[in-house]
Amino acid sequence: MSARGVGLLVAQALVAVATIAIWQIGSSVPIGGVYLLPKFFFSTPMDVAQRIGKLFADGTGKIVNCPEPIQITSLLSIADPCFGKTVWQHLTFTLTEGVLAFVIGAAAGILLGFWLARRPFLSDVFDPYIKMLNALPRVVLAPIFMLWLGLGIWSKVALGVTLVFFIVFFNVYQGVKEVSPTVLSNARMLGMSERQLFAHVYWPSAMSWMFSSLHTSVGFAIIGAVVGEYLGSAAGLGYMIQQAEGTFDTTGVFAGMIILAAFVLVIDWGVTLVENRLLVWRPPAAGTRD
Amino acid sequence: MEDSLQPAEAGRAGGSAVRLRGVSIEFPVAGGRYVAVDKTDLAIGANEFVAIVGPTGCGKSTLLNASAGLLTPSTGEVLAFGTRLAGLNRAAGYLFQQDAVMPWKTAIDNVAIGLEVAGVARREALDRAQTWLKRVGLAAFADRYPHQLSGGQRKRVGLAQVLIRDPKILLMDEPFGPLDAQTRQIMGNLLLDLWAGDRKAVLFVTHDLEEAIALADRVVIMSAGPQARIIGDHAIDLGRPRDAAEVRLQPRFHELHKAIWGQLRTEVMKAYGGEAA
Repeated sequence: MSARGVGLLVAQALVAVATIAIWQIGSSVPIGGVYLLPKFFFSTPMDVAQRIGKLFADGTGKIVNCPEPIQITSLLSIADPCFGKTVWQHLTFTLTEGVLAFVIGAAAGILLGFWLARRPFLSDVFDPYIKMLNALPRVVLAPIFMLWLGLGIWSKVALGVTLVFFIVFFNVYQGVKEVSPTVLSNARMLGMSERQLFAHVYWPSAMSWMFSSLHTSVGFAIIGAVVGEYLGSAAGLGYMIQQAEGTFDTTGVFAGMIILAAFVLVIDWGVTLVENRLLVWRPPAAGTRD
Repeated sequence: MEDSLQPAEAGRAGGSAVRLRGVSIEFPVAGGRYVAVDKTDLAIGANEFVAIVGPTGCGKSTLLNASAGLLTPSTGEVLAFGTRLAGLNRAAGYLFQQDAVMPWKTAIDNVAIGLEVAGVARREALDRAQTWLKRVGLAAFADRYPHQLSGGQRKRVGLAQVLIRDPKILLMDEPFGPLDAQTRQIMGNLLLDLWAGDRKAVLFVTHDLEEAIALADRVVIMSAGPQARIIGDHAIDLGRPRDAAEVRLQPRFHELHKAIWGQLRTEVMKAYGGEAA
């Protein structure tokens, strides 16, 4: 590692140390008799770390320290924070929703993107409606999905799909439209049929556009899942955070947030690996982060 | 050296690979139609190397696209080996001015694709593609993607991609235009070497008169557009095999250049005048 690399690493570590130190001091050392970051609202880094450790160690997923099981005898009887699922189950739940949302949203986006890109008239017909749907903040759809699909996994998947679909759709559409006319003419002159043009020209071009937005679309799939869980669910990271919040368990909220951030980082790293593998033919564009 | 509007004798030998008969090409523009090429006749013999030279925007490429079947003439007809074109010219290979290789395929996959889509087994297609890469001097670059190659190397890939299909007619649209002068001469010699093997019919569009004389059997001059037409047809009686660089030092080259340039200059001035007006 170069000298600059070491310096960078040290500087990055310092940011983390400083942030945690300010948080710890503000929440546990009274300055002039006042806590700058009251524990009730901010918890403390130590508590949050212990909670995360405990969550993964005993796997009980107990975020709320309740004396006895909370019986919710509502119509749907969904929440039982004391005897809930393990943190791994929550993670698996969220991951499953995210993956399903991505796969379904991407498949629909690819299909419709190709279809409309090759049919200018239909594309013009649907254009205002697609723009309108895309302009709609997707969170408002969550209640209607709950109503239609229940509180299980599918209402969250549906929410994620509405987010992923539009990103993939617009990219595939653009990818098909933006094929270089020279490359297209050349492929035709090389004797390609329409089907072969699809396989060797349109598809790779559309995929390159889709993969260039992979970070965004995968991120949105997870957002859809977590927001859906937050609004009504019996499992998942969003549910975990929502439950903690509902009992003013700030430590639990922060623990959930940090687990969620780490989870998304791991997925993002996986996406980078996939992207590097699939877009190897691309010239390194100026201004990309890596 | 005589200027003649008749196709030179060589154009008739062995029948015409490409024949344009009364071809006019129009494009719709704001407030009317733009006639790019007007009532043009041109014949390229089966083993003939013909270069088209003309000022910028004279419709050289338009004529080439009509010969390829990428454009349908508004009037007149295009014949390929005596058959009237409907759709693409299946006997032709086309080397484009801009980068036309597929950026998502490696050099060898780009070269092999023309065979693969024609139903040749992948293994055999790759073997033959490797042979072609060797011929164009890129044997060591088979697994590179286009963005990892220089402009000249990409042109070589393009040349191999077109020639592997063994087209009877080779259409080239300022193929070496974007390259530097040295690379152009190297590419010119590579083209002449490859062409000497089987002498395909070549229609080579360029704005560079020297390049045209150095490579071709016949140099056709087009007038400035719009309504461009062929105004000169000069046989190039330089011996073969030629060296695209050294041939430029021969006295005969200079005579030819002087004779053709006199005619071309008028058109170039017209083109500039037209732009200024």
